[in-house]
Amino acid sequence: MARYVLLGLALLASAAVYLLPNLGAKWEFVLALRATRLAGLVLVGIAIAVATVLFQTVARNRILTPQIMGLDALFIFLQTALVAGLGPIGFAALSSQARFGLEVALLIGAALLLFGTLLGRGAQDVPRMILTGVILGVLFRSLSGFLARVMDPNAFVIVQAEVAASFSRVNAGLLPVAALATLAVVGLALWLAPRLDVLALGRPAAVSLGLAHDRLVLIVLALVAVLVAVATALVGPLSFLGLLVAALARPFAGTDRHLPVLISAMMLAALMLVAGQTLFERALGQQSTLPAVVEFAGGLVFLFLLLRGRIR
Amino acid sequence: MIKVTDLSHRIGPAPILSDVSLSLPAGKITALIGPNGAGKSTLLSLIARLTPLQHGQITVAGLDVARTPSAALAKVMAILPQNASVHSRLRVRDLVAFGRWPHHQGRPGPEDRAMVAAAITRMGLDALADRFLDALSGGQRQRAHLAMAFAQGTEWLLLDEPLAALDMAHARRLMQELAALRDAGKSVVLVLHEVNYAAAWADHVVAMQNGRIVAEGPPAEVFTPAVLEPLYDMPLRVETYAGRPLVLNHL
Repeated sequence: MARYVLLGLALLASAAVYLLPNLGAKWEFVLALRATRLAGLVLVGIAIAVATVLFQTVARNRILTPQIMGLDALFIFLQTALVAGLGPIGFAALSSQARFGLEVALLIGAALLLFGTLLGRGAQDVPRMILTGVILGVLFRSLSGFLARVMDPNAFVIVQAEVAASFSRVNAGLLPVAALATLAVVGLALWLAPRLDVLALGRPAAVSLGLAHDRLVLIVLALVAVLVAVATALVGPLSFLGLLVAALARPFAGTDRHLPVLISAMMLAALMLVAGQTLFERALGQQSTLPAVVEFAGGLVFLFLLLRGRIR
Repeated sequence: MIKVTDLSHRIGPAPILSDVSLSLPAGKITALIGPNGAGKSTLLSLIARLTPLQHGQITVAGLDVARTPSAALAKVMAILPQNASVHSRLRVRDLVAFGRWPHHQGRPGPEDRAMVAAAITRMGLDALADRFLDALSGGQRQRAHLAMAFAQGTEWLLLDEPLAALDMAHARRLMQELAALRDAGKSVVLVLHEVNYAAAWADHVVAMQNGRIVAEGPPAEVFTPAVLEPLYDMPLRVETYAGRPLVLNHL
């Protein structure tokens, strides 16, 4: 319990350090700007952490993440395809919330189609799963690139604006709807946590214990799709953050039970993003970007997990 | 009673089971025997609803396996799957505790804890109860999974090759425990490769070959050269020891 309190305090402290210093005369404006970004960072951290833990349970694997399996690339492809399909005018006619809702619905459908059958049986062949993910990721990125090339330049400008979100350019218009979606999904995930513990026993044992296994797998995949859509829409693709926090959260929680692991992963991810962004904006004067460092560290963890080879 | 009617199953183009109809008696130990690929495990996993039913009907204690909610079936039968493997890092006690899930759905009571403790003792796991599963040998892990199935406390127990990883002492102990459960009124169905365990402990034997039932009955009727030689496609002798058949299949 004490370590959760410590982690919470660290999170509060880094949020305060991010929000409060050097507010200046126009403090309302600066504070609002920073609060928006802070909310974005925390939301993204929570979404990616929960999405990764859930996905790893469904995949029965500690290396695979939604991002490694190309889910964020799929989301960007769907965004691009939507602009191309509706045209700039039709696209602009939709409110950003309606657009986001449509994109999320499409992503859920596509994710269930792609991964529902692939993962339900458990990913026994890990190298094949990783290769599949890499190939799917490249496929969706190439398709997005292709669409961007053939689409009319006005539409392309819209795509650029949609897709180029980053930590310093959080897609603020989406924050309310993203927050709502994330909170709902996280609440549901925490409520499902005891069932997820049973799911992690493997399909035969879970079915034997009376869990509606196949239905739960589909529900969890849909939740993952919503969270990946939130994170990707707010700040763009992040491949390895989820892997990093999921790998840290299990030892931190000291158990594989989902309730403590999910909570630890959320707090660790939020702390990592807020503290990291504070460091880069204030101390290092934007000399590098947080995603670059997170991706570097996460990539090292990925290699370490792969080389250790004990991960199934 | 488990009643199987007109059961057929294929995996791709390959027929695994063809028109199987049989009933397995309640309150008995039933052994499924037969060569590799006879369809024993498929039959067991169809009964256990691990594999969706393609054609035919199965009822367990009067409940249609295809229609009854899975949660209700979990209170009637427990399954030990072949090569059970767990992805989470769990202690033995935690794994066995999952056996009570169908009864408490995440909120265990004192009765559940008592059942878990009893199942751990029953499989001789007291000394290992706080070890992690990945720090156990294959046979010890098998016993942990057996204890989980015992803890489920169901009327029916379906075990797919429960002896596969066990040494002699634990194999015999398991059969004694199953016999004790039978004497307490439970019903056990198990897939066995060691025909002599079936001959010594089973009340009812079902012999399968190429997806069909070729013989069915008490051990004394099934364990005869006339049945076993074509079944396994090898010559063998059957003696009688202590009133039960003894198959000399290794000589």
